[in-house]
Amino acid sequence: MNKSTFVYVTYIKTTKEKLWEALTSPAFQSQYWYGCHFECTWAQGAEWKLYFDDGTIADTGVVSEIDKPNLLTLSWQNEFRPELKEEGYATCKITLEDVDSTVKMTVLHEMERPNSKLIGAVSQGWPAILSGLKSLLETGVKLPLEHM
Amino acid sequence: MEPVFKALADPVRRAILDSLFCKGGQRLNDLIEGHGMSRQAVSNHLRILEEANLVAVVWKGREKLHYLNPVPIHEIATRWIAKFQTGQLEALSNFKQSLESQEKPNHE
Repeated sequence: MNKSTFVYVTYIKTTKEKLWEALTSPAFQSQYWYGCHFECTWAQGAEWKLYFDDGTIADTGVVSEIDKPNLLTLSWQNEFRPELKEEGYATCKITLEDVDSTVKMTVLHEMERPNSKLIGAVSQGWPAILSGLKSLLETGVKLPLEHM
Repeated sequence: MEPVFKALADPVRRAILDSLFCKGGQRLNDLIEGHGMSRQAVSNHLRILEEANLVAVVWKGREKLHYLNPVPIHEIATRWIAKFQTGQLEALSNFKQSLESQEKPNHE
């Protein structure tokens, strides 16, 4: 398999609608995404940019598939580390499913090359982002991120 | 969190996670070959790992691919380790590894 793939799954006690809102609204994002936020119209084919809290651009891409509140697929390119940017676009597919009284959130991050540095870098952040999102939605409290 | 600890309590299941850590996206047959166990035994272990959310499944057509899902282990880390210096823990863990790799006897 000539691909780099990472999968993250978490179960959150919330509704798909609330989780979707947390994924797509800047006020929520900055609380669990290392202070970053997205700018995007969240429409099929729309471009998105992820900004650091100081306003510089972290990552960019395009919304390649969107089915609110079930599925969001983004193309994903790094913009601040040249050795990652040169790898080009990865794909990040987020699916939300109702499972009993929780929402199962699956993040599938893939790139069509083995040992992708971008996927390696992105993968270090996802578990913390998902834990932060879960904590925020279930308890309304964000996790401290200073240790990361 | 209890299913996670139960799943991790078994050495074969930890070996399956080690194998998925090294190479994600393995099928049941790949894992059977790697561990020299019956199909039923491996699929039973995989079910327990999936129920604990330690293994995530991705379907590619009719193929069921297995990946290590690091999120539950991260939650354990944030619950008990985050407030301590992670840098120091890493140094300790490296120290332990270098000492143990000099010794060599085959234990867990």
